[in-house]
Amino acid sequence: MSEFATKIKDSILEKYNNTSYELDTYGEHNFICSKNDIHAVVEFLKNEGFIFLTDLTGSHYPESEGAEFQVVYHIHNLAENVRFRLKVDLAQNDLHVPTLTDLFAGANWMERETFDFFGIIFEGHPNLTRILNVDDMDYHPMKKEYALEDETRTDKDDTFFGR
Amino acid sequence: MSELELQNKKAAAFVSTETIDGEIATLNLGPTHPATHGIFQNILQVDGERILSAEQTVGYIHRAFEKLAERRPYNQIAPITDRLNYCSSPINNMGWHMTVEKLIGAEMPKRVDYMRVIVMELARIADHLVCNSVIGVDTGALTGFTYMFQEREKIYDIYEEICGARLTTNVGRIGGFDRDFNKEFITKLRAFLKEFPKKFDEFGALLERNRIFMDRTIGAGPISAERALSYSFAGPNLRAAGVDYDVRVMKPYSSYQDFDFNIPVGNDGDTYDRFMVRQQEIRESLKIIHQALENMPQGDYHADIPSFYLPPKEEVYSSMEALIYHFKIVMGETPIPQGEVYHSVEGGNGELGYYLVSDGGRTPYRLHFRRPCFIYYQAYPEMITGSLLSDAILTMSSMNVIAGELDA
Repeated sequence: MSEFATKIKDSILEKYNNTSYELDTYGEHNFICSKNDIHAVVEFLKNEGFIFLTDLTGSHYPESEGAEFQVVYHIHNLAENVRFRLKVDLAQNDLHVPTLTDLFAGANWMERETFDFFGIIFEGHPNLTRILNVDDMDYHPMKKEYALEDETRTDKDDTFFGR
Repeated sequence: MSELELQNKKAAAFVSTETIDGEIATLNLGPTHPATHGIFQNILQVDGERILSAEQTVGYIHRAFEKLAERRPYNQIAPITDRLNYCSSPINNMGWHMTVEKLIGAEMPKRVDYMRVIVMELARIADHLVCNSVIGVDTGALTGFTYMFQEREKIYDIYEEICGARLTTNVGRIGGFDRDFNKEFITKLRAFLKEFPKKFDEFGALLERNRIFMDRTIGAGPISAERALSYSFAGPNLRAAGVDYDVRVMKPYSSYQDFDFNIPVGNDGDTYDRFMVRQQEIRESLKIIHQALENMPQGDYHADIPSFYLPPKEEVYSSMEALIYHFKIVMGETPIPQGEVYHSVEGGNGELGYYLVSDGGRTPYRLHFRRPCFIYYQAYPEMITGSLLSDAILTMSSMNVIAGELDA
């Protein structure tokens, strides 16, 4: 791990108490932040040169109670060539997280996509509407409870193939 | 101030100073329009030919790739990636293979890396050729397009020798290639490397320093480096604005650190700069292919990972282990480690990323594609507000927005 990454990591952990850090086996820096801190953490990182928001997406873990949803940010410091992955855990009954559109113009559509597919609400977003799915869809299709195939079908039996 | 208010304010400033006929009209550009080269809808507010505001609608060809991927074994996801940026499918395929290889911790032989580099750089040339010749078409210069499409056909002939397909290639496997480069491949590639630069220089001579073309494209649809970074632009569009971010250099994959090449950058981020950056990148790609071909290491064309790479058919019928591995791979029963990886490659349009979460099951638990088109297309209204309608068309074609990648 580079000196720069260590320095930034230490100051994040010092400043924001609810943050945990893990360096995974693939050499990626993972932070888990609380949703109250995430905006401040990203703003801090942006001032430290992390000016490129690589990716923003969500995932759904229905098994893990109290943290069913996760918002995942990848943020890149181009000068030092360090990439951090930030995660925010959200409980099913409170899917609110602050928007990053005031820091990165590009977060706009990425957040809309995450809202569209997972129903995560980005507070303060200027136009949080569906983007890829049709406007009158009434559910968020990437949630795990929506199976890909119609479960009422009887003409396909995949029991022996581990599905 | 919200984005909409900001746009309205910009529009209002325009109307008061440069009114043409004072009447604002709504123009529906798309979803199917011959000049948009794909299914894009833009609702424009225009005053005469001036654009006052624009609003895009996307999602017309959304095919739920991320949901589909959650039901498919790892090796069945490669054909999905073909259909992202279909102008450079091999880069998408190999990006996916490398993501899985990173997850399972497989090391590739040098030869596989070099073979991949050759195919990926050919794909980059094909991608940039389409984009640049179409910029020509949109300025009224059809000639270059017809000649460059002939050259693109030759690249497709080369693909055919390594994978049998032309457009949706599904080239390679997790762990390398399904076959080595054959004689025909090398002959066709060498012929292409010999003849293409001449024809390409002719195409360059038609447009690069053409006064009419320069007057038409310089200053059309500009974006500053700061705004481009804020919008997470990547690839040629970001480099045209003057930021030298290229994944091949920043996070080298597939042995790109072995090759000597330059990253061209522009200055103003306008249509002309985007065109010129792509022109230079084609020349750099040719340099890389030459180096890879001359220094091609000896060795195997696939890694030694029997539980992920299909054994040869003769062995399947004659040896027990091969039969077991074959069965397990085809049925998707290979054990996969748990974990999450993010891997990105420099696609035709910039950083193409794969965020993959595995829970150890036969399919990915979650797969997200970072699609450069989707991310940078949101800057389009900002880039065309205040310009003429014909410049908006040029801006779109020079950004190389590909519907398949945009909507996934």
